[in-house]
Amino acid sequence: MSGQRADVIIVGGGIMGAASAFFLRKRGMSVILLERGLVGQQASGVNFGNTRRMGRPVDQLPLSNRARETWLKFNELFGEDVELLLNGHLRVGFTPAHEERMVKYTEDAKDFGLDMQMLSAKALHERFPYLGPELTAGCYAPHDGHANPRLAAPAIGRAAARAGAQVLENTDIVGVEKDGDEFRVTAADGRVFRAPVALITAGAWGNRISSSFGEPVPMIAKAPQMCVTEPVPYAIGPTVGAIADVFEQVVFFRQVARGNIVIGGGGHELADLENRRAYVNPSRTLYKLKNAPRVVPAFNHLSIIRVWSGIEGYMADSHPVMGASASVPGLYYAFGFSGEGFQLGPGVGDVMAELIHTGSTSTPIGHYHISRFAKQAAQAA
Amino acid sequence: MAQPRVIVIGAGPSGVRCAETLVAAGLRPIVVDENRRDGGQIYRRQPENFTRPYTKLYGTEAEKAQALHGSFEALRGKIDYLPETLAWNIAEGKVHVTSNGRTKALSYDALVICSGATDRLMPVKGWHYAGTYSLGASQIALKAQACAIGSQVVFMGSGPLLYLVASQYVKAGANVVAVLDTSPFMRRVAALPKLLARPDVLRNGFALVSSLKRAGVQVLTGITPLEIKGSPDAGVHGVVIRDSRGNERSFDCDAVAMGYHLRPETQLADLARCAFRFDHETRQWLPETGEDGRTSVPGVYLAGDGMKVLGADAAEIGGRLAAMAVLKDFKLPVAEDELQTLRKEQARMDRFRQGLVQAFPWPAQQAAQLPDEAIVCRCEAITVGELRRTVHEKGAQEANRAKALCRVGMGRCQGRYCGHAGAEIIAQAAGVQLEQVGRLRGQAPVKPLSMAVREEVE
Repeated sequence: MSGQRADVIIVGGGIMGAASAFFLRKRGMSVILLERGLVGQQASGVNFGNTRRMGRPVDQLPLSNRARETWLKFNELFGEDVELLLNGHLRVGFTPAHEERMVKYTEDAKDFGLDMQMLSAKALHERFPYLGPELTAGCYAPHDGHANPRLAAPAIGRAAARAGAQVLENTDIVGVEKDGDEFRVTAADGRVFRAPVALITAGAWGNRISSSFGEPVPMIAKAPQMCVTEPVPYAIGPTVGAIADVFEQVVFFRQVARGNIVIGGGGHELADLENRRAYVNPSRTLYKLKNAPRVVPAFNHLSIIRVWSGIEGYMADSHPVMGASASVPGLYYAFGFSGEGFQLGPGVGDVMAELIHTGSTSTPIGHYHISRFAKQAAQAA
Repeated sequence: MAQPRVIVIGAGPSGVRCAETLVAAGLRPIVVDENRRDGGQIYRRQPENFTRPYTKLYGTEAEKAQALHGSFEALRGKIDYLPETLAWNIAEGKVHVTSNGRTKALSYDALVICSGATDRLMPVKGWHYAGTYSLGASQIALKAQACAIGSQVVFMGSGPLLYLVASQYVKAGANVVAVLDTSPFMRRVAALPKLLARPDVLRNGFALVSSLKRAGVQVLTGITPLEIKGSPDAGVHGVVIRDSRGNERSFDCDAVAMGYHLRPETQLADLARCAFRFDHETRQWLPETGEDGRTSVPGVYLAGDGMKVLGADAAEIGGRLAAMAVLKDFKLPVAEDELQTLRKEQARMDRFRQGLVQAFPWPAQQAAQLPDEAIVCRCEAITVGELRRTVHEKGAQEANRAKALCRVGMGRCQGRYCGHAGAEIIAQAAGVQLEQVGRLRGQAPVKPLSMAVREEVE
């Protein structure tokens, strides 16, 4: 196999690209995975680490369930443990309106195997006695969980490499062009890669490449705002997300096996795509410090030891771009997962490999097709 | 224009002299300091009701300590002094400070960071046992708590502080078992020409060593630390080293004070987004500074050991220089002749600093010899072997990547104590230059921040 040529070139080594490379190899296709920095360094590595299905749009649950199958076989498939903990996901609310939202979702998503249970205030506090008195209702999905995002994508990338994919890190791509029947992908250092199929999994940078093929998408880069406490004895169990009417008041948290509690929420900041830097705004850290103890009052006895951010691609409609290009044969997209891609990642890789290999998918993803934006633009005009 | 608002972080030698110079120019700076009293680390003041005299507390440095404390007393009422206040973040032209359960953002026109230095540490097997302290911590115990870290103390490491703290312990009546210096004696001889830039300090150094010997303390040079013996329950009970002749030797003790000279506390400069450069001489990343402490960020200045480890006297000069840089940048008058004198004096200090670097080198070579079972990151309990495996099996060649994959430098101290050694281990395991390993990105909070803290609007 020529070093510069393969059946498929994947641009972007996040969890989507790494998993796609792995599953394409499983289907016997040759793959070159190109990553500007290191595998899993951007959104895939800095996100909260939720592997929940609860709360996702109902039309995303088939994909999310497919991803779950992969997560359950993670160690066997990818050969490493990435701290997956399946202690359930708990959503909690403060008002009757929050409760109504949870009841409705439980009803809407009842056919997807999440086994959600609504909990009254009494049941909630009995089962999770550390929760604050202001909370009036909860919904518990026992099979959901969380994993370590710093480890997952790099582990999948290594598995892809072991399976025979050429994983090239520190390879900054400056051009993806169609050249006859092939894609010609050029790196900043002059190396050229060719393949009849190109898959763009470039996350927040995906729009730059789709735009170069005449398919711009409405997308912005946002910086999640995370913080983590010192380690304390394991006590929380499920990942917990608190509903709030004001976006800044949203908090969610998970306790990792060694005891630290990771806390997200408090809104986002805009990220700097050009310089590839994203910062934490101290006010957003302080929002979390104010709101998280409303959910667990004992948090007031803890200290946070670190904050971090990263760069995530958010679509205007919060849905990812997934599927074949609307105009260029052989071109495929999977990006813009809008802060919810970590759980989907292994499933997206599986589905994209199936789509590229067979021409169709057994999991519905038509609603994520890039053509939806051209239609919206036409309607607006 | 209205008077510029200047915030000085730190009330040690550089912070105090900086504030004093600003006050003399008619400004009223805000002085933020983490400690309960002024003086910084080297001239840390004892609690108000303690009565040990200056000569006992500070030994050879008593006069300077007294002078600095006196100067600070004279500034009271002319500055806004925020003691026991931690600057935990800097963002968008504001310093976030916390004290007493409250946090607020202070805006500034100029910020002078006088954050000082902490011990530079090289791991040794067993250094996680209770009873192992940094030299700085053992000094705090003596000055602020009037106690020794143990009843039989070994001082191990290198650098002038090793001898200073050991002699302060002897003076205070503590039982110092031995002073074990990794630096070979000949290095010091070779560094003499540079050290002669400050003959008085050099003389003090010789005096310290001979006073230790007179007190019956064993002083060994050119040693290699092998292990701190101890147990999780009972803590430290001994130290094993190889002496300069290659013989293994043991010392019974119940406490060890360790340090290999100092490293600047640079997280605040990092959060202020100052550019850093790799310093080949000391094998570490330092903030880039121009003349008189100006950084790459307009309005942000550095002074003292937090910029470059030049010692307390130079920190006083650096504080004055940074204040003058602030004044100049605000087009306020500055005594030019004084400025020139200070710069010249600082150049002499820097020559002496180079001598110290040569005389007491950072023992980089030890990183390669550390056994796999030694712990490198004490906050996260990561062993040297785990870090090496992260390099060999997961391909991490850069500090932040290694941190992401194995947690080294991810805990409470954010790599302040293990970062330098961790980088040496990565470089050695990956076969790359230390510079290529990069430096751990600093993140807020600079030190752990209570979740009970509540925001106050300035």
